[in-house]
Amino acid sequence: MKFHLNINGTECDADVPPMKRLLDVLREDLSFTGTKEGCGEGECGACSVLIDGAVVNSCLIPVCQADNTSILTVEGLAANERLSFLQQCFLECGGAQCGICTPGMLVAAKAILDRDRNESRASIREGIAGNLCRCTGYTKIIDAIEKAVMEKQ
Amino acid sequence: MIGDIKVQSVKRLREAYSWLDEFGRIGKVLAGGTDLMVYLNARSLMMPAYLDIWRIEELRTIEDEGNSILLGALTTYTDIIKSSIIAKYAPILVEASRTVGAVQIQNRGTIGGNIVNASPAGDTLPVFAAFDADLVIGSSGGRRTVPFNEFYTGYRKTALAPNELLLGIRLHKRNLGAQQGFRKVGTRRAQAISKTVIAINSKIENDVFKSIRISLGSVAPTVIRAPKTEALLRGKPLTVALLKEAAALAASESSPISDQRSSGEYRRWIVEALTRRGLEQTWKAATGKEVA
Repeated sequence: MKFHLNINGTECDADVPPMKRLLDVLREDLSFTGTKEGCGEGECGACSVLIDGAVVNSCLIPVCQADNTSILTVEGLAANERLSFLQQCFLECGGAQCGICTPGMLVAAKAILDRDRNESRASIREGIAGNLCRCTGYTKIIDAIEKAVMEKQ
Repeated sequence: MIGDIKVQSVKRLREAYSWLDEFGRIGKVLAGGTDLMVYLNARSLMMPAYLDIWRIEELRTIEDEGNSILLGALTTYTDIIKSSIIAKYAPILVEASRTVGAVQIQNRGTIGGNIVNASPAGDTLPVFAAFDADLVIGSSGGRRTVPFNEFYTGYRKTALAPNELLLGIRLHKRNLGAQQGFRKVGTRRAQAISKTVIAINSKIENDVFKSIRISLGSVAPTVIRAPKTEALLRGKPLTVALLKEAAALAASESSPISDQRSSGEYRRWIVEALTRRGLEQTWKAATGKEVA
């Protein structure tokens, strides 16, 4: 079946089975390999993307439910090959170790930045509670998001 | 394989009903996918056909009907967390929703899915049980109402016929007590399936329990109420002796198994502790007094 997705501002078409996971369509059919698979059961958040602004696990979304939506993957954060401020904060604060959780962490952090409310360290922690870092580098990841949030406010 | 699975994505109820009439016996309804896609990814559930109802917008509503509140089956946990009506009348439903997974799951998981998936560990189910809510079920033949507490007929079994679709759940305001309590024990705060859940829904007036409903999750084949404990407490003031007796009775009303998440013995102990703490907290909040 044919599906139409807007990915990071670019219109894309995919002719794939309707129950194929959005994660696999992104990686295998459309070459957006920035999004990673961790657990494949909605536990780790490595495959997080935004669909119409809401952070979701792309391993739990059949592509038929993403038809005609706007998707943001980690590749969409750096406009014109320049790191976004959020990514710069991760870099400066040491918010990445092995890197497998990083694309999902960045996307979940983007969802935190995009919501219109006062953030605290506690609310940031809650915002990334669905993203597991197996290196346990949470403190620096939270530092990075906090820095980006403070800049925005 | 995945390419052989037929999926129909529908936007209207009548399209859903006609699919159910034809394929309801061999297929499965797909809502937010947070449970179903896990089974599919693990190859533990391979159905030949799916009905994707995610875009039936009329099922994604929270409506104040005056004497009741109607939650559409596709209401997500995020919708509940953001709802001022739910925060006002059913605060423990908000609390329960905040313990489901984390934001990725809350954005996608639906209450209809939580109910129909029929896991004894479903986090919102004890809340609906303690509210004596009603389910609204539809099919091409019309609509019917089923009390939530009669919906589960056994472990992972429901009263839903193959041609029927859960449309929503109705909370009656007269059943929503001013003193509500919710506790979940899991391995960690987020992303954890519960070991034990308790929901308390009570009205405390003139220093006695005018009404009291207690329900428990993850400690029996289905979500359960604790009717003997409720009867023990009804019409009485909470004392230290009564609290102890009620907590032990609630534990005896549960029948937990041992599984990969917890042991039966621990769960029974936790039911006792959660009942004691929940009742104590509810009592203090309502009366401003310590349990004496």
